[in-house]
Amino acid sequence: MSLTGLFLISFLLVHCSINALMFLNDDGLLFNEAAHFMASNILIRTVEIFLFLFLIIHILQSVAITRQNMKARTISYAGSSATATSKWYSRSMGILGALILVFLVIHLKDFFIPSRFTDRLGFDSNGTPDMYSEVKMAFENPAYAMIYILSMIVLAYHLLHGFQSAFRSLGIYHKKYTPVIEFLGTAFSIVVPAVFAAMPIFFLLKK
Amino acid sequence: MRLTLKVWRQKNKSDKGGFETYQLNNVDTHASFLEMMDVLNEQLVNENKIPVAFDHDCREGICGACSMVINGRPHGPLKGTTTCQLHMRHFHDGETVTIEPFRANAFPVLKDLVVDRSSFERIQQAGGYISVGTGSAPEANNIPVNKVDAEKAFDSAACIGCGACVAACKNGSAMLFVGAKVSQYALLPQGHPERNERVLNMVAVMDEEGFGGCTNTGACEAECPKEISVANIMRLNREYISAKLSVEKE
Amino acid sequence: MALDSKIPSGPLGEKWSRYKSSVKLVNPANKKKIDIIVIGTGLAGASAAASLGELGYKVKAFCFQDSARRAHSIAAQGGINAAKNYRNDGDSVYRLFYDTIKGGDYRSREGNVHRLAEVSVNIIDQCVAQGVPFAREYSGLLDNRSFGGVQVSRTFYARGQTGQQLLLGAYSALNRQVKEKSVELFTRHEMVEVVIENGKARGVIVRDLVTGEIQRHAAHAVVLATGGYGNVFFLSTNAMGCNTTAIWKAHKKGAFFGNPCFTQIHPTCIPVHGEYQSKLTLMSESLRNDGRVWVSKSKGDKRKPQDIPEEERDYYLERKYPSFGNLVPRDIASRAAKEACDDGRGVGETGMAVYLDFADAIKKYGKDTISARYGNLFEMYEKITGEDPYTTPMMIYPAVHYTMGGLWVDYNLMTNVPGMYATGECNFSDHGANRLGASALMQGLADGYFVLPYTIGDYLSGEILTGKIKSDSPAFDEAEKNVREQIEKLMNIKGTKSVDYYHRKLGKVMWDKCGMARNAKGLTEAIEEIKRIKTEFWSDVKIPGTANELNPELEKAIRVADFIELGELMCRDALHREESCGGHFRSEFQTPDGEALRNDDKFAYVGAWEYKSENQPQELHKEELVFESVHLTQRSYK
Repeated sequence: MSLTGLFLISFLLVHCSINALMFLNDDGLLFNEAAHFMASNILIRTVEIFLFLFLIIHILQSVAITRQNMKARTISYAGSSATATSKWYSRSMGILGALILVFLVIHLKDFFIPSRFTDRLGFDSNGTPDMYSEVKMAFENPAYAMIYILSMIVLAYHLLHGFQSAFRSLGIYHKKYTPVIEFLGTAFSIVVPAVFAAMPIFFLLKK
Repeated sequence: MRLTLKVWRQKNKSDKGGFETYQLNNVDTHASFLEMMDVLNEQLVNENKIPVAFDHDCREGICGACSMVINGRPHGPLKGTTTCQLHMRHFHDGETVTIEPFRANAFPVLKDLVVDRSSFERIQQAGGYISVGTGSAPEANNIPVNKVDAEKAFDSAACIGCGACVAACKNGSAMLFVGAKVSQYALLPQGHPERNERVLNMVAVMDEEGFGGCTNTGACEAECPKEISVANIMRLNREYISAKLSVEKE
Repeated sequence: MALDSKIPSGPLGEKWSRYKSSVKLVNPANKKKIDIIVIGTGLAGASAAASLGELGYKVKAFCFQDSARRAHSIAAQGGINAAKNYRNDGDSVYRLFYDTIKGGDYRSREGNVHRLAEVSVNIIDQCVAQGVPFAREYSGLLDNRSFGGVQVSRTFYARGQTGQQLLLGAYSALNRQVKEKSVELFTRHEMVEVVIENGKARGVIVRDLVTGEIQRHAAHAVVLATGGYGNVFFLSTNAMGCNTTAIWKAHKKGAFFGNPCFTQIHPTCIPVHGEYQSKLTLMSESLRNDGRVWVSKSKGDKRKPQDIPEEERDYYLERKYPSFGNLVPRDIASRAAKEACDDGRGVGETGMAVYLDFADAIKKYGKDTISARYGNLFEMYEKITGEDPYTTPMMIYPAVHYTMGGLWVDYNLMTNVPGMYATGECNFSDHGANRLGASALMQGLADGYFVLPYTIGDYLSGEILTGKIKSDSPAFDEAEKNVREQIEKLMNIKGTKSVDYYHRKLGKVMWDKCGMARNAKGLTEAIEEIKRIKTEFWSDVKIPGTANELNPELEKAIRVADFIELGELMCRDALHREESCGGHFRSEFQTPDGEALRNDDKFAYVGAWEYKSENQPQELHKEELVFESVHLTQRSYK
C-alpha cells in the first residue's frame, strides 16, 4: 500500500510539473511538446504500464485492507467521539480514494484516451499534437472545472494523510527527520493539488 | 450530582445484549468512575437486580484490567488516564453517560462490560520474551545499555496491556500493543538475538487473532492511558520489514 | 506438634550453599512425570511456574485475573534491593541480611533471611537478561538509589514502576514456558479448595470464573503464591481482587498460619474521603525526603492550611524525633499520624489526615527541582484529589499496605502439610514484624526463581514412584463436595445485605481495633464483633444471579467469608502477643516515650496457629527464633 502509494505520489509530481508548463505564455507549445514526449517515449510508456499496474494494486490492496478492518469490529459504538482522537480524513481514506477513482475515470476518458488511442487531437503551430487546446476547451466549461477543483480538494486530503502514513508504514521514524517528512508531506499535499486546481481556474479566468 | 447511565448489558457471550438506563441521584464528585459503578451495583443489588459486571483490579492505573468505553472513548475523556483513575468531577450534573464494553471481534464480550482479551496473551506467548532460563543470566553489568535506549525501552514497556488501543482504533488494530513489546526488546541488546523470529511470530498470531491493520490514524496513541507513542508502530513496521527481508526461508 | 524449621546446620554464610550441594534431585526423565500446581501469577507465582517449567516439571498455573500480568505485584512502585555493592559504599550480603533482620524487629528467621540476601544478586542478573528496563547511568551501567531504613544505596529501580517491570519480566518467562507447553496457564480461575490425601497435598479445586464450572486438578505438589491479605481491612492499597481464600482454605486443611497479626501500615497514602471509597492509593515514601508533616497545634482547627501561621503549626515528627525527623520508619510515622488525629488535630473534611507540605522545599530548591523529583506523584495526587500539591499541602494518612504474616513454612518453603508450599507475600517467612522498603519484590522473585526450584526437589524426589495423581479419589470427591455445598449455601441465603456491606463492616472493626495500635480490650471486643458479623453474613447476605455464570458478587462472597474468619484469628494473634514489635503495636506495651517495647524473653518466637474446627479456636504452636549472628537491640530513631 505504502510502496504503491509512494510511486503514485512520484507520478503526481511529474504530472504536476508538466501541467505547470500550461501556465507559460506560449499558447501551450512547450506543454504540448512535453505531453507528446510523455506519450511517445518508449521508456515512459513502459513506466506507464507499471503506473497502471501499481494503481490497480493500490486499489486492490485498499479493498482488501478495508474489508479486513471492517471484519475486525462488527459491532460499533453507540457513543462515538472519534473526532477527538484522530483526523477525519485519516479515517476516510477509503472514501476519499473511491472519489479519486471516480475522478480518474472521468479524467482518463477525457484526456488520456483521446490523446493515446484516438486521433481527435489537432496539431499546434509546431506540428505537435495539441493537448493544450483539448485541456483549454474542457476547462472552459465551468461545471467540469468545478468537478475538477473539488476532486483536487479530495486528492489533497488523501495525500495529507497518505504521504506521511506511507513513511510510517515503511517504518521510517526518527525524532529529527520525521518532522521534515511531515512538513514535506503537508507541503506536497497542498501545493500539488493546488497546481492542478489552478489550471481550470486559469482557463476560466482567461476566457 | 445526578447522572443518567446508559449501560451495555449482555448476559453472556452468546446473548445479543442491549442498553439499559439507570438513574443515580447522589454521586460524589470525589468518587472515581469505578466507585460510581460500585454505587450503581449496590443500588442494583438492593433492587434485586443483577449488578453490572466489569473488569477491574488494582484501581491505581497500572494493572490494565479496567476496560470500559465511556461516551465513546476507551477509559473515558481524560487524556492519559485509566477508567479507575478517572474521577466524577470531570462529568457534570444531569449528564447522560454511555458505558460500553471494548468493541473488537478479537475481544468478544463475556458479560456486560467484561471482554475476553486472551488474544493479547496468545500474541505475547508467540514471542514476547527473551529466551533466558533461570540461572543462565550473565552478571548484570556485563550488558551495558545506552541510557537513552534504556529510557525508550522503558517507555515502550510501560504498556499495561489494557487493549484501549484496539478499542480506539477504527480498524480494531493491535499494532500499538504489539509494537510496544517488539520495541522494548528491539531497543535492548538482550533482545537482539531473537529479534527477527520474535516480530514475525508475534505479527503472525496478531493477524490470526483477527485484529485489523494499521492505517496510521493515531487514535491509539491519543487514547492510550499510558500515552505509548505511535513511534512504536513504526518501529514494529521497520522490524517486520527487516525481518521479512533478511530471514532465510527453510 | 513440634515445628521443625529445617534450617541446615553450619555457619550462617554457608547454610544455603551446603544445602544446595546436598539437596536431593529429580532426574530430567522423572521430572516429566511430575505435576506441580502453582496458584497465583505475581512475582512469586510467575517466577516459580516459569522456573519449574524450565526444569522440566509439568506445571499448571492459575490466576483469577484475566491475564497473569495483572497480579498485584504490578503495582509496586519503589524498587528491589540487591547486595551488589555497585556503589562501593560498603554493602554486602551480610549487611542486607542484618538490615532486614533489624528492620523486621527481630521476628524473622536468620537462615531464611541470609539466603534471601545471598540470592538477591542473582535476581538482578536474571531480570536484566530478561530485558527489564532498569534505570541506568550514562555509562550504560545500572543505577541505584537509597531507600528508607538503610545506609547504603542498593535499590534497583525502573522509574516508579519497578514492580510492573519485574512482573512483566516474570510474565514473559512464563509465556515462554506456555509456548513450550511445559506450563499450562488457567486465567480467570480461582482456587477454592485444596485437596489433601493421606496427609499430602495432592491437588486443588478451582472455579472457572466465567462459566462457574468447578474443576479438579491433581498434582504431586501445590505451590501457593497468592499474595497478602490486607483486604481483610476492606480499605487497603491492595488490588480489589487480592484475597486470602487460597491460604485460608489451606489453613483449614491443616497448614499453620504464622504471625497473622503482623501487618504493615504505610504512612503516606491518600486519605479516605467518602463512604463509597473502594481502595486507598499509596504515594511513594520518597515524598518524605522533602515534604514536612504537620497538623495544627489546636484541636478542631478548620482553617485552610495557608491561614494557619507558622507558630500555630505542629511539625510533630520533627518535634518528637529530632534526629530522623520526617524520615522515621514507616510504623513510627504511621502511628504518630494516628495519634495526632486521635487527639482531634487531624485535617481535612474527615479529620483523618495530616498535611505533607512542600512549601519550604519549593522555597528552598525551586518549583522545577521539586517537579523533577516528584512531578509524576504530584500529578497522580492531583488526578485523584483534584488539588494541586504545589500550592496547597498534600493530605496523607496511613493505610494497610502489606501483610508480613502468612502460612508458616520451613526452610524449604513448605508448609507443615507435605507437598504444600507457600512463596512470596503469602508465607510468613522473611520480614518478621515489619518489612523494609524494596524487599517485597526481592522476596517474591527469590522464592520463585532461586529457592523453590531447589527446595521442591527435596520433596519431589520422593514422589517419582507415585505415578500420576488421580483426581477421582475420595479426597477429591470430598473436596469438591465441600466447595459445592459452600457455594450452594451462599446462594441460598438470599438475605438483604450486599457482600460489600459485610466486608466494610469487618474492615472497620479490623482497622479500629486491630490496626495501627491495638490493646487487649479492643481486641477482645473485636473478636466478639467479628463473630457477630460472621453469623449475620451467613444468614443475611444477598448474592444476586446464579453460580453458573460470571458472578462477581459470588466471587466476593467466597472471599469475604474467609476474610471474616481470618480477621478473628488476626485479633487472637494480636491479643496473645503481649509486646509491641514492628507493625504490631500494643498500646499497653510501650516505652515511657511511646515507642514499641519488645519482649524478647517471652515472644521471640513465630506464632503458628493450627486450625481445629468450625467452632473451636485455633491452637498456638511456637517456633522459637534462635539468633546466632545478630544481637537483639531496641530500635531508636530519636
